[in-house]
Amino acid sequence: MYKILNKRVLNPYVTWMDIEAPLIAKKARAGQFIILRVNEKGERIPLTIAGYDRGTGTVTIIFQKVGVTTMLLDKLEVGDSLLDFVGPLGRATKVEGYSSVAIIGGGVGCAIAYPEAKAFHDAGANVDMIAGFRNKDMLMLEKEMAEVSDRLFVMTDDGSNGNKGFVTVKLKQLLEAGNKYDLVVAIGPLPMMRAVSDITKEYGIKTIVSMNPIMIDGTGMCGGCRLTVGGQVKFACVDGPEFDAHQIDWDEAMQRLSQYKREEHECRLMRGL
Amino acid sequence: MAINKQMKKTPMPEQNPDIRASNFDEVATGYSEEMAVNEAKRCLDCKHRPCVAGCPVNVQIPDFIAQIVEGDYEGAYQTIKQTNSLPAVCGRVCPQESQCELKCVRGIKGEPVAIGRLERFAADYHMAHHEDKAECPKPNGHRVAVVGSGPAGLTCAGDLAKLGYQVTVFEAFHTAGGVLMYGIPEFRLPKSIVQREIDMLRDMGVKIETNMVIGKVLSIDELFEQGYEAVFIGSGAGLPSFLGIPGEGLLGVMSANEFLTRINLMKAYRDDYDTPIRRAKRVAVIGGGNVAMDAARCAKRLGAESVYIVYRRSENEMPARLEEIHHAKEEGIEFCLLTAPVQIHGDANGNVNMLECIKMELGEPDESGRRRPVEIKGSNFSLEVDMVIAAIGNTPNPLIRMTTPGLEANRKGCLIVEENTMKTTRDGVYAGGDIVTGAATVILAMGAGKQAARAIDEYIQS
Repeated sequence: MYKILNKRVLNPYVTWMDIEAPLIAKKARAGQFIILRVNEKGERIPLTIAGYDRGTGTVTIIFQKVGVTTMLLDKLEVGDSLLDFVGPLGRATKVEGYSSVAIIGGGVGCAIAYPEAKAFHDAGANVDMIAGFRNKDMLMLEKEMAEVSDRLFVMTDDGSNGNKGFVTVKLKQLLEAGNKYDLVVAIGPLPMMRAVSDITKEYGIKTIVSMNPIMIDGTGMCGGCRLTVGGQVKFACVDGPEFDAHQIDWDEAMQRLSQYKREEHECRLMRGL
Repeated sequence: MAINKQMKKTPMPEQNPDIRASNFDEVATGYSEEMAVNEAKRCLDCKHRPCVAGCPVNVQIPDFIAQIVEGDYEGAYQTIKQTNSLPAVCGRVCPQESQCELKCVRGIKGEPVAIGRLERFAADYHMAHHEDKAECPKPNGHRVAVVGSGPAGLTCAGDLAKLGYQVTVFEAFHTAGGVLMYGIPEFRLPKSIVQREIDMLRDMGVKIETNMVIGKVLSIDELFEQGYEAVFIGSGAGLPSFLGIPGEGLLGVMSANEFLTRINLMKAYRDDYDTPIRRAKRVAVIGGGNVAMDAARCAKRLGAESVYIVYRRSENEMPARLEEIHHAKEEGIEFCLLTAPVQIHGDANGNVNMLECIKMELGEPDESGRRRPVEIKGSNFSLEVDMVIAAIGNTPNPLIRMTTPGLEANRKGCLIVEENTMKTTRDGVYAGGDIVTGAATVILAMGAGKQAARAIDEYIQS
């Protein structure tokens, strides 16, 4: 069993949990993910690893309550345990060899953008970070992100924190002002990652995004997480989850995310969630 | 004793096709004692025992059949169990028609003895009437790691445990059993039977660790560092192949692996599980193997009105077992033979609404010996479907190969092993089952697990 050792509410929709999983903590690296199951009759869901502590043997997950499983997960408290917790899956981010990196997080995607920023920062790169939220009530991880970046720009869609605009607005400003990056990393909702990708393509800057498609096993067996990258079928679980944004078939990826929309909705109604 | 001269097998009682096509209960319900004895009496007890030679794990078939004739059903089970660690499983899913029963002398003029059905009878009788008594042999002080808990891994673990080895089985999923749990549907192989076999191994002292993806959380080298003296890799078939035709990214297109795992392992057919599954009205399954039949029959049971098997060769070339093809037809699965998919079409929301196909004809034999299907120009036609399932095979999972230096694979990515020992190119590392052969059968995987257990024992003891 995988015990919850710490739980923090980051905003009304997003929760932080440290899970006791020493073997995974020992191996985990930025960019990888785990698959968890809350109870016997529950789904397996993938979550990107938000952090790990090899000393205490914990793995951090940060999740938004969007479906049945994340809602059930959120009901658990410190001392409770998850039934299953598998990882670390997928390939780790390649952080070496970059001098100046822009890391962009959108909403709960900041939970993953943060450890990415930390990994690049620790590898010696100059890190500019852009974090976007819907409004100021949704802000999270500001302190953590500030610690691992050289400059942090926090944006809100409605301007309620004083910086109005999408992350792409800020990115454009920075690029137009002459800031040079040899890599952009974008993590967040698909439309946001796609918008970032469109901009960086114009500027010819290599861009990595972290995909979070539907999965069952996470080891390459089901093919549910497949996407088209550079005209080839790739499995996010074994070939990713990070891919070259400029090569992704975005229309297809966005469509595939709605595969079980109706079923999810029915399931939530039936469980009264 | 008088031989039963009946030319045909004693029929197997089955659920009515109209009823079973809407439930997941077992299709074949099993012989009664009377039926079993009647069928057992068809055995000629040949001196040269061709059936035994046809069995990958050398079950002493005439012996156990003679015991059934005598009414010693438990004895029959024990005879099978001596060489086959999973009788209840093999009695159900082995392709007997191409193994033991193919060699049966009774099969020359009539139907062979129903060896598989008798094996199942003995196993079911044992389960209904006897508690399993796990023998815990004296530990010999040696530790072996088994990667994967499918038929190859379970057999290897069981055989080694019998010899006193301390065995740990590492399973990637949350449930042990491999393809027996996630792949083969409940109506062909009830999961309670598989679970009982796994519990039995546990009782023998085999440790089973789930949620352990070897190659990720621990490497093979780290297993050795932890004190395991040998490793058996039975990690199974891996990445599902897709068709490589336009439209595969549409909603409602999936691999048989995904469809079957949602149903069998994650119990999507039951309301009390959260697992989502697409409930389609018209389904096309591409492929002609057992997996294709399983997927088609599952789709029917989930309420599809029309289910098509789309296969590019003719029925003669189908790799699926005759029994499965027969059952599928009885349940109303429609066979589109000599038909190949060309493109999948979708509606404005990206949902599948049509599978465009082309008619094929058989040309010259290809390297597999089967006649190569050739397109008939201009014969395109469309099937109106809202789901397409690809059941055209798997390629080996690369996770272990990529993280184990010195472990060599062939061009297809299958691990290279020595024929009789299943020894890989790494010292102390053995492999068997689909990771070596590519997609094959449960019994071949079990045979490989058995051979490997023997070789591992010799390796450690020498």
